[in-house]
Amino acid sequence: MILFDAVHKRYPGGREALVDVSFELARGEMSFLTGHSGAGKSTILKLVALLERPSRGRVVVNGTDVSTVRRRGVPAFRRQVGMVFQDHKLLSDRPVFDNVALPLAISGTPRRDLDKRVRAALDQVGLLGREQGFPQELSAGEQQRVGIARAIIARPPVLIADEPTGNLDPDLAMEVMSLFRRLNEVGVTVLVATHDIHLIDRLGTRRIHIEGGRMADGSDDGAS
Amino acid sequence: MARPDQASSRGSRRTFGQWLETWVEWHAQALLSSLGKLLRQPMGSALTIIVIGLGLALPGALHLVLVNAEQVTENIGRSVQLSVFLAPGTEASQAKALQQRLEDRNDVLEAKLVSPEEGLEDFRSVEGFAEALSALEDNPLPWAITLRPTHGLDAPELTEALAAELREIEQVDLVQVDTDWVRRLASILDLLRRAIEGAALALGIGVVAVAGNTIRLDINARRDEIEVVKLVGGSDAYVRRPFLYGGFWYGLGGGLLAWLLLWGASWTLAGPVEILATDYGSAFRLLGPDALAATATLLGGPLLGWLGAWWSSSYHLRQIEPKP
Ligand SMILES: Nc1ncnc2c1ncn2[C@@H]1O[C@H](COP(=O)(O)OP(=O)(O)OP(=O)(O)O)[C@@H](O)[C@H]1O
Ligand SMILES: [Mg+2]
Repeated sequence: MILFDAVHKRYPGGREALVDVSFELARGEMSFLTGHSGAGKSTILKLVALLERPSRGRVVVNGTDVSTVRRRGVPAFRRQVGMVFQDHKLLSDRPVFDNVALPLAISGTPRRDLDKRVRAALDQVGLLGREQGFPQELSAGEQQRVGIARAIIARPPVLIADEPTGNLDPDLAMEVMSLFRRLNEVGVTVLVATHDIHLIDRLGTRRIHIEGGRMADGSDDGAS
Repeated sequence: MARPDQASSRGSRRTFGQWLETWVEWHAQALLSSLGKLLRQPMGSALTIIVIGLGLALPGALHLVLVNAEQVTENIGRSVQLSVFLAPGTEASQAKALQQRLEDRNDVLEAKLVSPEEGLEDFRSVEGFAEALSALEDNPLPWAITLRPTHGLDAPELTEALAAELREIEQVDLVQVDTDWVRRLASILDLLRRAIEGAALALGIGVVAVAGNTIRLDINARRDEIEVVKLVGGSDAYVRRPFLYGGFWYGLGGGLLAWLLLWGASWTLAGPVEILATDYGSAFRLLGPDALAATATLLGGPLLGWLGAWWSSSYHLRQIEPKP
């Protein structure tokens, strides 16, 4: 489902952010992505969502080699990848409802289905009843959860999340991770970048560890 | 939570009718929300609409001038008249015979004989001439024949040929064709028509540019939003839609304003023009915006606005790529 084959990434003018990264996540598999700040976790996720392109090597997502995706094909490609961003990326001048409904609006879902699905998605992140609020009126953790609701509402086959629990207390963090686990159990492929070692230990999920842009030895210990 | 593959297969099972319904829903939503955005920044929108409105009203006004000027020339008449003055001393019988001969020609519709006495009467009725004429002992006027040829103003060469032929006749002293000024007016109107076409083209391009520039500013103001929409997979068409509708609204606003301006101007001028025309004994009435002017402003406005938005957005939206 997600395949990295000898991937290198060098940002323009920068040093190599990824060096020879190879791993594979099967359909319906879940893995954490760990590593120090600046290790290259976000870079891996950006390659999966085609926000960046690899400098060398092959990235295949949901059967599509990203090198075959032309500019015009990028939006359709991205719609199969739900993404939770490190800095939320919400529309500040739109209410929570519109933010969460955005992927459905983009794919032309009948409007009468919107209400039900937005409420269902918000319910899953514990924010039911906050549809009319604006992002600035929410705490950092609440904004993060709105971002998660937006990432899952269109039921994409691949879900990637960058520090989705960074601003959450341990209970909420556990709840969000459980949500990802539940999605994973119904077939969604999930890749989550996180610093939260405690949580990973408790969940006992597969873990890909990056150090200075390289796969750390023995990090990828297969499925749990 | 449903399995993702279930979700996508349900999507493909939608009938065309449902697809169309959804399409209309989302487009209507985009149309209205872009109008809402416009109304929430009334100052900026008003400026754009005024500039577009003036750009559309100017060629419209020139067009109205043209239409009215054409109406004036039409009132003057499409017919040509030739005055044939016979040599002094021509006998009444000779004049009568000539008139008969001319009237029998194929290219003459009507030939009317004017005796020296009738001619004098005509002059008397003209203000200011009466006194001057009473000072004369003899009637200085010759016999005359006024001719109306079968052809109209549109065939000046036929008129000229006829006049030349008449001049060859022995008894004829002078042939006057009074069509030069009409011809001159016609060529002025023709020039005006070309000027309007040129102005309409130039101002049309101006309207497209104004709409395009406003849309460029709108795009810049909503850069963050565009980035987010692209991040979650919004297609180029989806990202562009609200801006195209924005251009449409600017154009429609400008078109309505232009039409109001034209209508207001002709309404204001109609009264004074009527008084003036009546003074000159004319039945001329000012014509307001015709179907062409109304269509050009009310349809052309939105079309040009859309075009400007399309042009501007194809260039500027491409430059915004999400950089997370
Ligand atoms: N847009 C960019 N241009 C140039 N260099 C970049 C860019 N984004 C990231 N980098 C560099 O690539 C390396 C990896 O960055 P990345 O964001 O993937 O790290 P990370 O593991 O997500 O760190 P963090 O845990 O702090 O989010 C860093 O050295 C960073 O400076
Ligand atoms: Mg990061």
